[in-house]
Amino acid sequence: MEEFINQGDKDTRSGFGEGLTELGRNNSDVVALCADLTGSLKMNTFADENPERFFQVGIAEANMMGIAAGLATGGKIPFTGTFANFSTGRVYDQIRQSIAYSNKNVKICASHAGVTLGEDGATHQILEDIGLMKMLPGMTVINTCDFNQTRSATLEICKFDGPVYLRFGRPKVANFTKISEKFQIGKGVLLNKGGDVTIVATGHLVWEAIQAANKLYQNGISAEIINIHTIKPLDEDIILNSINKTGCLVSAEEHNIYGGLGESVARLLTSKAPYPQEFIGTNDTFGESGTPLELMNKYGLNSNSIFEAVIRVLKRKAK
Amino acid sequence: MSKNLNNLVIQTRRDILRMVHAVNSGHPGGSLGCVEFFVTLYNKIMQHGQDDNSNDMFILSNGHISPVYYSTLARAGYFDLKELSTFRKINSRLQGHPTNHDNLPGVNISSGSLGQGLSVGLGIALSKKLNSDKSLVYVLTGDGELQEGQNWEALMYASANNVDNIIVTVDYNGQQIDGSTKDVLDIGDLKLKLEAFNWKVFEIENGNSLDEVYEIMNNARKDSMKGKPIVILMKTIMGNGVDFMMHSHKWHGIAPNDEELKIALSQNPETLGDY
Repeated sequence: MEEFINQGDKDTRSGFGEGLTELGRNNSDVVALCADLTGSLKMNTFADENPERFFQVGIAEANMMGIAAGLATGGKIPFTGTFANFSTGRVYDQIRQSIAYSNKNVKICASHAGVTLGEDGATHQILEDIGLMKMLPGMTVINTCDFNQTRSATLEICKFDGPVYLRFGRPKVANFTKISEKFQIGKGVLLNKGGDVTIVATGHLVWEAIQAANKLYQNGISAEIINIHTIKPLDEDIILNSINKTGCLVSAEEHNIYGGLGESVARLLTSKAPYPQEFIGTNDTFGESGTPLELMNKYGLNSNSIFEAVIRVLKRKAK
Repeated sequence: MSKNLNNLVIQTRRDILRMVHAVNSGHPGGSLGCVEFFVTLYNKIMQHGQDDNSNDMFILSNGHISPVYYSTLARAGYFDLKELSTFRKINSRLQGHPTNHDNLPGVNISSGSLGQGLSVGLGIALSKKLNSDKSLVYVLTGDGELQEGQNWEALMYASANNVDNIIVTVDYNGQQIDGSTKDVLDIGDLKLKLEAFNWKVFEIENGNSLDEVYEIMNNARKDSMKGKPIVILMKTIMGNGVDFMMHSHKWHGIAPNDEELKIALSQNPETLGDY
């Protein structure tokens, strides 16, 4: 079992903020827009250093998406910032028509995704955003797992020409990926080699998958862990190569099992490698108020749930 | 106004009527009402067709009047006139509502779902300011379309941030699909509302007069870059130029049948050659 070292808990949104700051210093085409959540999105440094390239649009997300589409039309590379809920569901038609269908080079950067935003409750905890975004033709969907990866992803999506949804979160979580690790859009990362089961995880659940794999290892079960940061386009090869070896899979995400990573993986398996799969995610429910840890535990988004799902899927595996 | 532009107006009406008739669908009413605006904008007001950076840009927010847009673009040389015959047909770049998705020259954004064009226009205007580009952004919206809330976000943003390189025209025909705007959802005193949002308001009493449209648009253009966003309330007659289509919302989204087309075309005899 590979060893993963937590370099210190950090929030993924700060990884975004740091990446955006670097982009502001190195690329004069980068512009940023925010709908009254500059501090929450960690966009302050960019705003302070590049006041002429930072657009505070007020509490008006629809207008923000339209302005971003216009800035892209004028050759700029706009990064929009607000909570995941207000980045997607609230402005779905604006994204659909003015950005996705119009193929505009807009980077939709969404913080506070999932239940881990905590105490604000279900109005702010979107668990449907991956599904909404992955259904849009031409939209790239990325959900990063820690500070370092979010920073790298922010830098990388700037080089990519096309609309991107970048999803990250609020709480401080383990920062364990190497800062030197190159971020490749559409390429999964093989974290640990194993022969008994494949665990495909995204976002905050990647660290939980590592904890689950450690416990499985102690129980004599060898788990292969794949960090899928890009949900669309999905890295089919890395998943197929793994499951053709292990013969069963658990998917894990901080998102509704309807429409998330797990469903994308299931579509792949049913069409190309029909092995059993178990799903870790929320089950067609809204979230609620609570601490991030309480919520992850209540909704089964933790290493224990992944461990149990592995035990279940192993029983279903053909002998 | 020159005879040539009058001829272009009549020919554009013919294009619109023939396009919607050919596929028995589309939106002739608002298209006919805005012919004089489009002809003036593309032939007398906008700097366009040069290299991309110095061009004025136009955004059509009320995308359903695509027939007048397509005819204008084709007759301005953006694409072959013959392509107008593909309007709303399978495998065409001339979709029911305009889009840049299939790389149709002259179209910069998709529109059709209403209320989004003004925000897009603002974004282009902001990019021009960042580039120190002195050209302007023109946006056309419907009046019924102003019932969409996003417009008011954009109106508030523009004046608060002195976006003064944008000229928005409202097609003020007082009609929408279900009836008059007054009956469906009264937008009230639009001039007062826009002034309260700190926009400079111009008015065109007869938006179907080439001379008046040119005069006011030219005045508006001269007033740009002076700290305030500009809006023109342009009164038009839906279905203008075809007597049985005028003044009614009935022709918002219905194509003429064979006999109606014949009558409508007889009122607008061929001037510059049909596509």
